[in-house]
This record gives sequence, C-alpha cells and structure tokens, in this order.
Amino acid sequence: MSLLQIEGLGIDFGGLRAVNDVGFSLKPGEIVSVIGPNGAGKTTLFNMISGVYAPARGRVVLNGEDITRMPPHMLARRGLSRTFQNLQIFQSMTVLENAVAGHHLHERGSVFADLFSLPAARRRSKASEDSARALLDRVGLGRAAEQEASSLSYGALKRLEIARALALKPRVLLLDEPAAGCNAVETEEIDHLIAQVAAEGVSILLVEHDMKMVMRISNHIVVLDHGEKIAEGEPAAIARNPRVIEAYLGAQATEAQNADG
Amino acid sequence: MIMRLSSKATTLLILAAVIAIAPFFFPSSYYFRVGSLIFVNGLAVTGLVILIGYAGQISLGHAGFAGIGAYACALAPIHLGLHPALAAILGALLSAAIAFLVGRPILRLKGYYLAVASLGFGILVSMVLSNEAQLTGGPDGMAVPELGLRAVLKAVGIDLSNTEFWYAFSGLALVLGAWLALNLYHSPTGRALRALHGSEVAARTVGVDVAHYKLVAFVISAIYASVSGSLLALQNKFITPDVAGFMHSIEMVTMAVLGGAGSVLGAILGAAILTTLPQVLTVFQEYEQLMLGLVMMLVMIFMREGLLPSVAHRIRGRGE
Repeated sequence: MSLLQIEGLGIDFGGLRAVNDVGFSLKPGEIVSVIGPNGAGKTTLFNMISGVYAPARGRVVLNGEDITRMPPHMLARRGLSRTFQNLQIFQSMTVLENAVAGHHLHERGSVFADLFSLPAARRRSKASEDSARALLDRVGLGRAAEQEASSLSYGALKRLEIARALALKPRVLLLDEPAAGCNAVETEEIDHLIAQVAAEGVSILLVEHDMKMVMRISNHIVVLDHGEKIAEGEPAAIARNPRVIEAYLGAQATEAQNADG
Repeated sequence: MIMRLSSKATTLLILAAVIAIAPFFFPSSYYFRVGSLIFVNGLAVTGLVILIGYAGQISLGHAGFAGIGAYACALAPIHLGLHPALAAILGALLSAAIAFLVGRPILRLKGYYLAVASLGFGILVSMVLSNEAQLTGGPDGMAVPELGLRAVLKAVGIDLSNTEFWYAFSGLALVLGAWLALNLYHSPTGRALRALHGSEVAARTVGVDVAHYKLVAFVISAIYASVSGSLLALQNKFITPDVAGFMHSIEMVTMAVLGGAGSVLGAILGAAILTTLPQVLTVFQEYEQLMLGLVMMLVMIFMREGLLPSVAHRIRGRGE
C-alpha cells in the first residue's frame, strides 16, 4: 500500500511543458530519489507535490486522499513537510526559535491565551521548546541553539531546515538537495539522518545531485529529463540503464559502477 | 548578555520605572500632558509593532481605527447612553470587526499595494467622520464626555489633577499594552507571525495559515489603535476627524519605524521622540518642520533598523 501516490502530474510555464505526465509512488519508510540534469523539472515537481505550484494535470494522493492543489499549510496538517533548495530560514530568529516554529501545528492555540501568557500558552511553548531542543541535538545543532540563525554555516542551515521539517512529525518528507553545499563529513551526517528518519517509518522523497549519496541511500530512483520520467527502478538498475547514462549520469555512472565492481 | 537584558521582564521594568520616575523631574504640570500624549501614541505604535515588526505587514490607515475608537467615546454615550469606558470597549470591538472585514481582502496584497489599500481605508474613515456632520460635528469636531474615574479616585482619597490622572492612566494602559505585545512575541502566535515575516513559503510548509495570522496581527493592532484613539478623545474631552487623518497614520508608522519596529521599547521610544521633538525644535522657528524631516532622514540612513535596535547592536558589537 503506497502512502504517497503521484499520477500523471504536469505543469506548463508559458507554453513550455515544464513537467509532463510524471507518476510514481512511495511506501511508508521508503526513500525515493528524483534525479535528472539541471532544469529537468525536479524542483518544479516538488513544488507541485508540496502545494507551492498548482499542477495543470494529474493527481497527488496522500494516504488515499486527493491532496492535489491543496495549500501547503493544509498539506502540513496531513503530515507532508519539505525543505528548500535555496534555504528558507526564518531570519532574525534564533536557531532554537526556527526549530520551535516548526512545531506550529502542535503548539498553536487560542490567541487570547497567547496574549495574556496564560498557563496553557506557556505549556504549549514549553513542550515545543523541549521537543525542538531534542531535534537540534539530533541534527548536531544543540550547541548553536541560542545563536542567530543567520550566523550558521550553509551546511548547518540545511540541517536546521531538516530539524524544522521533522518538528512537524511528518509522514512524508520532501528534501530538496539537502546535501548541496555541504562538505563530505556533513553529507555523511545528513545521509545517516535521512536513513534514520526513514527507518522510523517516514517516507522520504529526495532531490539530490550527489550521486554517491543517492545510490547509497535510495530504495527507488525516478529519473527526469526535460520534465518527463525517462526511467525508474532500483539504484543498481538505474546506474546501468543506457537512457539514464545518456541523459544524465555519463561519466559519474561509470565511476560509480567501477567503484561498485 | 544584552540579549538577556532585553527580555520581557526587563523591558517592562524599564518602561514602568521611566513612567513612574519621570514626574519627579517635571518642571511644570504641562509635562504630564506631554507624557500622556507620548503614552497614547506609544500604545498605537505598540500595536503597529505587532503588525509591522512581528508580521512584516504595513498599514498606512491605522488612524482610521483610532478615529473609530475616539468617536465611539464621543457618540456612544450620547446616542446609546453608554458609560464612556464601555464606549471605548465598544469602539475596540467595532474596530476589531471592521479590521477583520477590511483585512481579509487587503492583506492578500503585498508591499506597496497593501500600503495603498490600507491608506484608502484610513482616508475613507476620516472622510465619513468629516462628512457626517449632523452626527460628528464634521471638521469642527465634537465634545467627549468625562470618563469619571478621577472623581471615583478622589472619593477614595486619591486626589490627582486632571493632567496627573491622564498621565498615570495612559501610562498604565501603555505598560499593559506592552506586556501583551511582549507576551505575544514569545508565544506560538508570535512565532507564527515572525515565521511568516521571515519566509511565507516556509511558514506555510510548517503549517502556518498565513492569511489567518496576517489577519490576527491586523485585528490586534487595530484594537491597539482604537484604544489609543479612545484615550486621546477622553483626555482631550474633544475630538476632530484629524485623529483618523492621513497624517496621523503616517505619524504612527514613522514613530514605529524610527524607534525600531521590531522592538516594543524601540517603538515607544520613537513615539516619545516624535511627540516631543516638534516642541523641542520650536527653537528653530520656521525651520522646525525642516529639522524634523532632516532628523528622520538621518536616522533612517544611518540606523536602518531604527534607533533602539541599532544602538543595542552597536553596544553589543563593542562588547564582543
């Protein structure tokens, strides 16, 4: 039984078919990667699934419910969360506040209680702060909790975004290039984190350029080129697929194969 | 360390201490009057901190809500027989309801578009107040009944002059308003507001209903402006449509931005400066307005975050 199902999704930008007829599905706890050359439509696909763009064609089904064109905050309530390729951090908040803000759905309550700082409001804040601290420890940012978010390195901000997305306690997590701009050590940390989260039953949809990482952690790979799905399958099969090699992998794939052999 | 010092309790303590201690240095009772004007303006500006500083939305029409609050205190006692205090509450409820109705469509707009739409709302309110002359006395204004609290205090042995009473009463209102705004800052609602200010798209993905929270900030700030207008009307015992005018809206935003729209204390400082500066600058006589404009430009050029946050940054920077 698939948790997230994408059926024939498509969108046009000014007559250009940016994404066309893309479909695949995710099972609980599965890691599916979407790969393809720059401009293949990976982020556009993400934006359609996460409600940022309204798809012109096709359906997105989450746990049996049609969630196509649902606004992002409604998707969040249904357990779908994401990170962004070009970071979307809450500037002028501390690292901790960013992580706490991710708990919005769990901590929101009456505005009246918040204005008067009633015990109920303080309890909600305290609970999300405790949870946020635990999440920051988990992504290795526990010590940076009180710093301004803008003072963090790029790699650390990537991890902060993941912590913020996890705060939602999502069932499906969309990660848009989580390892971009990270060094080898950081990439490995993110790699572990993703595997861990998936092991807890969260389905992960990943866009990533680091092929070694994709091959290592994916259960399933979907390949896009010019907005269309040209292949999908297990990592080993994708690495051998001649269409994929031609469209995208090229030298990288041969390298990975040689390394495997 | 400075961050610790600028926490909620400290801000309130500083504010309350300044309000309580300042009268000991007043050379004449006129300064009580200036003080209460600062507090009334400070209250409206604190509301704008929630809208501008927390939620990152602009309004150039909030004097409209001050007008509603002010005229509620003038009209409701005459026509509905309400006590002026209840009239102020009615004004606040009415402002909240109107903010809710007006905010829904205009908060979809961003930046300049929102500024112009809110400007239109303010102008609309002041036009209605000017034109409904049978009801409001038109541009000549109308009398506002006495609040009556001073007489009650006198009966229990607290004998304050009129200016002293309004200094204390609006000072108290400002501390209360600041307390609420600071509570909100550190609350789930405040975080949602600051999140959508930081990145609307990211706020949505963590589940923040952006349209709803913008409206929450708009309504709360409208209530602040309304109460501020009511207090102004009650202490002046007279009100004209200028309270809802374009200039008053601009003044409010200028006070907030000049002092530092992100900080409650900063915005109140802005209110204090822009309320007193015109009086101080009278030494420049006909160049008064010119000097005022110059000061505002210089602050914005050299202290973009506003006076208080910029100074705090500089002190912190030196400390490290």
